[in-house]
Amino acid sequence: MDGTPHDAPVVSLADVRFAHDGRTVLDGLSLDVAAGESIALVGRSGAGKSTLLKLINRLLLPDAGTVTVDGRDTRAWDPIALRRRTGYVLQEIGLFPHLTVEENVALVPRLEGWSETRRRARAHELLELVGLPPAEFAARWPRELSGGQRQRVGVARALAVDPPIVLMDEPFGALDAITRQELRSEFQRIRRHLRQTVIFVTHDMDEAFALGDRVGVLEGGRLTFTPAAAAR
Amino acid sequence: MRLLNFWLTHRAELGAMIERHLFLVLWSTLVATAIGLPAGIIAAHRPRIGRPLLAAASIAQTIPSLALLGFLLPLPFIGGIGPRIAIVALILYALLPIVRSTATGLRSIDPAVLDAGVAMGMTPRQLLWLVELPLALPSIVSGIRIATIVGIGTATIAAAIGAGGLGEYIFRGLSMVDSTVILAGAIPAAVLALVADGVLTWVERRLAPGRQRLSRAAPVAIAAAALLVATLAAAEIGAAHPDAIVIGSKNFTEQVVLGELLAQTLERRGLTVTRRLNLGGSFICDRAVRSGDIDAYVEYTGTALAAILKQPIVKDPEAAFGTVRDAYSRAGLSVLQPLGFNNTFAIVIRGADATALGLKTIDDLRRVEAQWRPGFGYEFAERTDGYAGLASTYGLHFTTPPRVMDLDLVYRALATRQVDVIAGDATSGLIKALDLAMLQDNRGYFPPYYAVPIVRSAVLLAHPEVREAFAQLAGRISENDMRAMNAAVDVDHRDVGATVREFLMRVQ
Repeated sequence: MDGTPHDAPVVSLADVRFAHDGRTVLDGLSLDVAAGESIALVGRSGAGKSTLLKLINRLLLPDAGTVTVDGRDTRAWDPIALRRRTGYVLQEIGLFPHLTVEENVALVPRLEGWSETRRRARAHELLELVGLPPAEFAARWPRELSGGQRQRVGVARALAVDPPIVLMDEPFGALDAITRQELRSEFQRIRRHLRQTVIFVTHDMDEAFALGDRVGVLEGGRLTFTPAAAAR
Repeated sequence: MRLLNFWLTHRAELGAMIERHLFLVLWSTLVATAIGLPAGIIAAHRPRIGRPLLAAASIAQTIPSLALLGFLLPLPFIGGIGPRIAIVALILYALLPIVRSTATGLRSIDPAVLDAGVAMGMTPRQLLWLVELPLALPSIVSGIRIATIVGIGTATIAAAIGAGGLGEYIFRGLSMVDSTVILAGAIPAAVLALVADGVLTWVERRLAPGRQRLSRAAPVAIAAAALLVATLAAAEIGAAHPDAIVIGSKNFTEQVVLGELLAQTLERRGLTVTRRLNLGGSFICDRAVRSGDIDAYVEYTGTALAAILKQPIVKDPEAAFGTVRDAYSRAGLSVLQPLGFNNTFAIVIRGADATALGLKTIDDLRRVEAQWRPGFGYEFAERTDGYAGLASTYGLHFTTPPRVMDLDLVYRALATRQVDVIAGDATSGLIKALDLAMLQDNRGYFPPYYAVPIVRSAVLLAHPEVREAFAQLAGRISENDMRAMNAAVDVDHRDVGATVREFLMRVQ
């Protein structure tokens, strides 16, 4: 990642169809995401926003069409390797309640076999980045954090091994307005800093236009783009 | 006070029983955890396999413990008397709480946490070890805690099949109708259960997610300590002499006295003896001696004939002995010369009633059959040479059907007027102690019950001195001797070993 978008898309969905319980969620959907791009996905609930994210890190496989990441079909990817290089922030956050804040952030590095010193340094660096001073927060348990703080830990955890792609499912969904605003500017700051490819889901149009280079609207199983850059 | 005294005088024995008790519970809980944990994981991950698995564990749980031991007795490998079968039974009981709590613990994990694990690229194995098991651990430990407590309670039953443990005091106390001895076993068992509950509750709390944790080593250390204790106990128990002669007995006072008598007789000759006394009823002893789990025990000719060989009753003592000896020899068992006394069934009533109503013979019972309530032990109620035959021989028709209870309890039930007539042993020490009276068997219904040592013939061949030793006992124990020894143990609460030692000093 050198910070400049490449010509070949990092993530590409071509004519993807996906049905769940006999209901077609995505139908003939196509999307190309360039490296370093930030895509915001909006749409009614049940429109398939989360499904789209899960197709990218192979939590789901398409019924028809192809999803490629770094030019390789997700069917051909080892799902574990693919997910390790794809950061994922869940709507419900899903912090591990039996691990401290630091251990939560350092979990993927641990799976990747990093040394303990390197893990710790990385976790502290990321906590600093998301605005949680490690001296105060590293040893805390998830249940000792506020909703906003948990969400920040969730973001830090997703960024731990510096994945080239980050998927975020309503990352600021469950937060109050002030915290949302705060995290939003935090997000912009982090993105300027890291330049990852980000695909995030939101139901908030303002947020979509503020954070996305492009805003895609999911409707009837297809994606249509609103010229976000023009709106800004 | 009596209780403290009992513990003080029996402290070595008490220690051994507690150790044995822990050995049974620890091994069964460890094995049940080793089986139940993976089973619980499968149950949680694959409900289609899990549901029948849990159902099977639930069914095992509902089988009454004595019945379960009965089912297991004849099985190969795990069957036979002793600790093995008790551990198998305890494992079956411990499985359900462990499987269920493991499955529940895993199923109640927040799905978002599992999704996060998968999305972060955990392999199923990493998800299990790093997320699922740590989060389910408090629930798993609570299952192990319940299994342990149930095990400590259930292990007391194990004494019935000779596995030892604190239940021995409870059974001994029941047969002696002595609540002190019952409490001597019941109280330590209860204390063990409370301590286990306390310790495991503490562990469970410490393991709750997001708490000050035990260091990573602590659960390992606890498991290792449990394993160590179990192994040491196993080593000690396993170290029993391989060529020791194993003496068994049924589970009532006279039998325990006779078992001790055989044991001491052999020990006086310098032989090594292992005691497996208090083994439950005739059928358990018979099975044990035929399978070689015990080498010798004392049987009664009448019982051998009717209950074990299922042959018609023979009234002539000599003929009965001959028939029994021949039948047993074909099964590789030697029936030695009778010890002397005839412990026939005795129909017993309260002495006061006998005097007041002038009752002397069983025939006289017909005068009171409309009002009196009979009470019998399980064996007498079931056996062909028991109540059914008695009723038809004497034309007895009690209006109230007999109350069936443990043989140990019938004398007490009679004395406390819960029943009015019982079938007991002619040699019971309680007859005199509780001021009871025996009715005469004027129609000669009861067959002779001469006490004879049954010894595996292979043992007699390997140790000829066993035959010589037992030959010295032939005809030496009169009805009065036996009644006196029974009374010494049952009524005066004397130690069985000391009672037998004094008797042997006197006759030899």
